[in-house]
Amino acid sequence: MELTGAEIVCESLLKEGADVVFGLPGGAVLPLYGALSVYPAIRHILVRHEQAAAMAADGYARATGKVGVCIATSGPGATNMVTGIAAAQMDSVAMVAITGQVPRPAIGSDAFQETDVTGVTLPITKHNMLVMDVKDVAQAIHDAFHIARTGRPGPVLVDIPRDVLLGEKTEFVWPSTTKLPGYKIPWEAPEAQVASAAELINQAERPIIMSGHGVLISHAYGLMTELAEKAQIPVITTLLGISAIPSSHELNLGMSGMHGMAYANLAIDEADLIIGLGMRFDDRVTGRISAFAPNAKFIHVDIDASEVDKNIQATVGMVGDMKAVLGQLLPKVEANQHIDWLNHINELKAQHPSHLVRESDELLPQYVLQRLTEVTQGRGIVVTGVGMHQMWAAQHCRFTEPNTWITSGGLGTMGFEVPAALGAQVGRPDVTVWSVAGDGGFQMTMCDIATAVEAHADIKFAILNNNSLGLVHQLQELFFDKEYIASQYTANPDFVKIAEAYGIRGIRVTRKDQVVDAVRQAMETAGPVIVDFMVKEDEGLFPFIPSGQSVKEMLEEPTLEEIT
Amino acid sequence: MVPSNHTEQHTLIALVEDKPGVLTRVASMFRRRGFNIASLAVGNSEQPGLSRMTFVVNGDDYTVSQVAKQLDKLIDVIEVSDITSESTVTRELALIKVKTNQMTRGEIIQIVNLFRANIIDVGSESMVIEITGEEDKINALHNLLSSFGVIEMLRTGVVAMVRGQTNGLANGHSEQAGQVNSGSHS
Repeated sequence: MELTGAEIVCESLLKEGADVVFGLPGGAVLPLYGALSVYPAIRHILVRHEQAAAMAADGYARATGKVGVCIATSGPGATNMVTGIAAAQMDSVAMVAITGQVPRPAIGSDAFQETDVTGVTLPITKHNMLVMDVKDVAQAIHDAFHIARTGRPGPVLVDIPRDVLLGEKTEFVWPSTTKLPGYKIPWEAPEAQVASAAELINQAERPIIMSGHGVLISHAYGLMTELAEKAQIPVITTLLGISAIPSSHELNLGMSGMHGMAYANLAIDEADLIIGLGMRFDDRVTGRISAFAPNAKFIHVDIDASEVDKNIQATVGMVGDMKAVLGQLLPKVEANQHIDWLNHINELKAQHPSHLVRESDELLPQYVLQRLTEVTQGRGIVVTGVGMHQMWAAQHCRFTEPNTWITSGGLGTMGFEVPAALGAQVGRPDVTVWSVAGDGGFQMTMCDIATAVEAHADIKFAILNNNSLGLVHQLQELFFDKEYIASQYTANPDFVKIAEAYGIRGIRVTRKDQVVDAVRQAMETAGPVIVDFMVKEDEGLFPFIPSGQSVKEMLEEPTLEEIT
Repeated sequence: MVPSNHTEQHTLIALVEDKPGVLTRVASMFRRRGFNIASLAVGNSEQPGLSRMTFVVNGDDYTVSQVAKQLDKLIDVIEVSDITSESTVTRELALIKVKTNQMTRGEIIQIVNLFRANIIDVGSESMVIEITGEEDKINALHNLLSSFGVIEMLRTGVVAMVRGQTNGLANGHSEQAGQVNSGSHS
């Protein structure tokens, strides 16, 4: 049967297993919506702003391991998705963005709602394409999903003119293969490299595994943990690597880096071998690169060849799929104890207890997160925005299952917490999603609470409300002579009333003794709930290695004296 | 990273899909990653649907290896090779428009003949010279002619080819190509 381009898009989405899409219609993409109305197997979630479509697709992809799909119209619809697409690119998230374009004859004429979207998104997508013939639609969607989900995942944008969606019909033929002669997917690493890496591990006295997003994407957390246990190697997770190994695991040192655990950074400083798995040694992880892990050799495994030897010169650099490479490596690694090293790290932890929260009568944000994670027992999914609340959540939230921590790392996108939580909950309706938010970022995207209400999404928004752009405020305090400008809000809305306006429950917490009860009430209430935690406004974020510095310049809190 | 100060000229060849926007993708990558292209030449290859690009890039080994990896990462790029250390033939074509008068014309013609270049247009006060050769040869002719006054010069950029039987597709171009630029120093 002959189908329109729009119908072919829908058929292709079903072939690719995309049963949920996030979007917002408009003129150029309307033919696709016409087709969606006769494809009820594809659930469409109508967002309030296209950036939420992209960020929800991101959250959906990270929570499910599937490809997240978002749809927008030409021009402003597409450009509104740009931030969400850029975030997916930086964090290696599998996403397919479908945008309507003005009809072919109008392209290049500055037509109404015309933007060169493939041009705009060229540097922030893994790949993009403008489909100029209805006969190419199925192949384009097939290739887009393949590129998005394989290798190092990333966003792929498919731009389709209105008259390709709704014009000439053609036979729907699902392509048997991709048409991508230049696309290579590394798998195993050369045996000689694996042998060299195993030798380095077997000889190391003070090794550390740094486990990144690649371990989660490749579902290699089991093998990574096996490697850690077999050779008794402590594991540091990067910001995006959190949840690859349970928080309670005795070898898990938590996050390192700029706001990482002091003991984790100190351990890196003394390590003689860093095993970087599916991570990219970015500046937030390393600080001043010349002072990073000065005594260590480096094993680096990544599926993206361009990441190996980019920031750190690897002693052994391996390009391959994490599961495949760890599968090669594991049998060659000897069982080990590293008793002295692990004892030493435990001493570091005792002397530098960044995982603990100091006693205070005030409502500390760290305290809120500790209680919250106690009540949830580390179950469910935690999604955050960007800023202090994000770092505190990374430091204090606990996790039991992989892929239950979703945050905007590379791009650092404020406002991510609302739509990404929506996408995660739609993808994982079986779990509760806690959206840990800052009052700043929350207000960037809170219009999409309405979408969460419509989707009956079980999301609990925990706003750590300090009435300011806290991290900016702290940087001004430390590095701009306390010249506070544009970092404090003087008229934040009443978030409990915001909740009421959306017809959902709002709870305000101002005292420590209210925290656990509020979290329980939120959990017991079906659907979205907003909990407004009025936390200590000037609480600083520590530990802190200032940008471009090393562990030697680390500002450390809480200190041992504050804890004991 | 630890960029060494050892900057030298590298020649890279890329086989790419002949699709709209490929040149933009390549140029955009160079710009956003801060790489400099000394010259770039593009044209059809022996295979329909595929083009060959020749890049001349100035940089240390680290930079050039990053250029190659980032190029290879582009979906439309099928294969990249750094042929700097290989035995190659390289050619560039230049058109040079030089000022002439009755006094200088004879001398310029002599120089052109010495370089086995061609005069392809002669006017009363200028002539256009076509020269093909390695970059150095073109530089040398340009230097000699500059004393007469070069009005305009246009160079195509270097094209390069490895000697022998290879066609730059040594690894084949199947999708599961296995190890790609493994980047190991083991």
